[in-house]
Amino acid sequence: MAEKTYLQAISDGLRQEMRRDARICVMGEDVGLYGGAFKVTNGFQEEFGAWRVLDMPLSETAIVAGATGAALMGLRPVAEMQFADFVSCAWDHLVTVAAKQHYRAGTPIPIVLRLPSGGGFSGGPFHSQNPESSFAHIPGLKVVCPATPADAKGLLVSAIEDANPVLFFEHKHLYRRIKGDVPDERYTIPFGQARVHRAGDDITLVTWGAMVYTADEAAGRLAEDGVSVEVLDLRTLIPWDRERVLDSVRRCSKVLVLHEDTRTGGFGAEIAATIAEESFEHLDAPVRRLAAPDSPVPFSPVLEKAFIPQVDDVVAALRELAAY
Amino acid sequence: MSTGTQTEVVMPQMGVSVSEGTVTKWLKQQGEPVALDEPLLEISTDKVDTEVPSPGEGVVTAILVPEGMTVEVGTVLAIIAPEGAAAPAEPVPAEPAAPEPEPAVVVAPQPVAPALEPPLQPAPIVAPPPPAGDGDSDGRTFVSPVVARIAAEHGVDPSVVPGTGQGGRVTKKDILTFIESGAAAPAPMETTETLPAAPSAPLPEAPAQVPTSPPVPAVLVARPISPQPQAADDELAPGETVVPITAMRRGVMEHMRRSVDTSAHVTSAIEVDMSRVVSVREQLKREAKAAGGVSPTYLAFVARATVETLKAYPWVNAQIRGEKIVTRSYVNLGIAVSLDEGRGLIVPVIRNAQDLNLLGIARAIADLAERARTKKLLPDDVQGGTFTITNPGGYGTFHGTPIINQPQAGILGTYALVKRPWVVQDELGQDVIAIRPVMNLTLTYDHRLVDGAYAGGFLRDLRERLENWSDEG
Repeated sequence: MAEKTYLQAISDGLRQEMRRDARICVMGEDVGLYGGAFKVTNGFQEEFGAWRVLDMPLSETAIVAGATGAALMGLRPVAEMQFADFVSCAWDHLVTVAAKQHYRAGTPIPIVLRLPSGGGFSGGPFHSQNPESSFAHIPGLKVVCPATPADAKGLLVSAIEDANPVLFFEHKHLYRRIKGDVPDERYTIPFGQARVHRAGDDITLVTWGAMVYTADEAAGRLAEDGVSVEVLDLRTLIPWDRERVLDSVRRCSKVLVLHEDTRTGGFGAEIAATIAEESFEHLDAPVRRLAAPDSPVPFSPVLEKAFIPQVDDVVAALRELAAY
Repeated sequence: MSTGTQTEVVMPQMGVSVSEGTVTKWLKQQGEPVALDEPLLEISTDKVDTEVPSPGEGVVTAILVPEGMTVEVGTVLAIIAPEGAAAPAEPVPAEPAAPEPEPAVVVAPQPVAPALEPPLQPAPIVAPPPPAGDGDSDGRTFVSPVVARIAAEHGVDPSVVPGTGQGGRVTKKDILTFIESGAAAPAPMETTETLPAAPSAPLPEAPAQVPTSPPVPAVLVARPISPQPQAADDELAPGETVVPITAMRRGVMEHMRRSVDTSAHVTSAIEVDMSRVVSVREQLKREAKAAGGVSPTYLAFVARATVETLKAYPWVNAQIRGEKIVTRSYVNLGIAVSLDEGRGLIVPVIRNAQDLNLLGIARAIADLAERARTKKLLPDDVQGGTFTITNPGGYGTFHGTPIINQPQAGILGTYALVKRPWVVQDELGQDVIAIRPVMNLTLTYDHRLVDGAYAGGFLRDLRERLENWSDEG
């Protein structure tokens, strides 16, 4: 067990798996010689060779299509997008081919797409998005959004093991900012199990990714008011841990769903709707959503701060719920 | 509320849970003068029976609710006008054909904002005027899904629960706290029992007595008491007599039934050699006689030992609250007191009993029992209990299986102290038979929360404490 950054945990987990299983290979732009846009695969090419750590042309379409073909042929590719935003270039291969191949032809596509996502550092509209809900809507894809270093490693291992295409959203803002103890040995964290980041029994706050930390800080402020907020980190959106969420809602009866992605059609809407369907008689207040407004992510630091939910925003939403 | 010239006497809210009360006796009749705070009538609720002092000075110009009628809290019971006041003494017949006054005028019988804390004394709460202008936006009308569900499960009318949410809305916490307070003797929907036999509607007549003044005609929203009793039940066989069900009796009925439906009752019993307690008590009695002061009963000893023992067995003093188990660092000890003439049972509470020593508890018990029997209990006195002791032993019974006082987790029964042949060891360690005063104690506990071994441990420690009574007690 050692303290590692979120980025180091991903890197170490991937390296450990590649040492264990020769079918696992890495594909992406500058993943080899340069070591990846964020240096997650730094030194991998030296250790595993140019054929297992493959620098690809500047074409996300080619990367995802190539990974899909390699998986069909028996490999376990882990493909990297430099930024999650660019996965839209590969939409057709991902959504039309990879997601449906198993259903249509009976041949699983065990690929992992590593997707550095999220904003908070003035990356502008092309380098800051959280497109998880677009893919959560596609049957056949799995969506993973770790928030802690230990989860990042364990979920990455599970993603590589999984027989389906998995979109692995790595929040860039967490890469070097968040540290935590990560077991040295290999371990997996099963999909579909939310983590109680902070226990509480007045308000349930459901979130994932970098918002877990925003939520936690806000919950700390509410605790000073004497309101106890339970922060649930979903960890994976597809599948998501309905039971744990509903269980918490039944106890607390008030819910805030928080995400960094934009509001309309965001995954929070799915959660809110499920809560309303399954736990209506346990609600003591309307289910609240807090998300980014429906606009591209602004470049200006001031505007970006206004765009991404901040601790103060969460505090205000929680206080409204508490007072309801 | 006072209109300047006259004062309305309303059915007071006797504690947060009470939604209605029965007028049992008018102490002043129409036309009689009454002084401020002079006892005006007696009422009975499912919590307390009490006198209502007059909220104003003058002449009782109208009695709107006859004896025996049950009405909602806030209903106007009588009108008091200043003596010699100009007009109002003359009861002007209300428009006779006005059985359905404009709905807007119908004063909600419920006080709009019942205080969170029950009133300190059973003085009538003067119903506050309806909030000006925003009758519609009164948040109390909205009941959230979870509150509706809890209310249905516990048979509570949410409109009687004090709300702390937005605009006075009743939150989940509010209703859970309310139920936990033991308050929720559900508001019964049918109250036929106190009606005079004649079903001919007394209601429309009542308003006729009301001196006119704008807000009055609607006054008798006294719940239209169903004038159609179940026919079959009405037919009496020879030798049968009908006794009306009082609010108190109805509260007891519902409380008992609900408790049995809620908790998994199990009773364990233990025999306690009370020799040491008997001798300590004799000593204290002599001191009390000499120095003046309170002489502790056996119940006081048992109560003191129970409170002490509960410290080590917090789950016996706990509560299942929704999805949670709630334990306490304090003991609010209820003492079941039976009232005369089969009027029922009431459980006044000694708050923070853990802070009282033996004589303190003895004094508290004597005080509560006295006030329970003389109807001087305040609403606060009967709320918030965490554990209860019932003492039917005075009648010589030696065993029983009491029913838990919801939402508590246990109730201790104390039984007759009898001299019994008892096997003890003499100085040589040999068994001999001695004559010992022995008392049976039972613990009835909610097996959902308290395991048998835990209950056994509680009784064992309680016996230990009584048999080796220490003077610090």
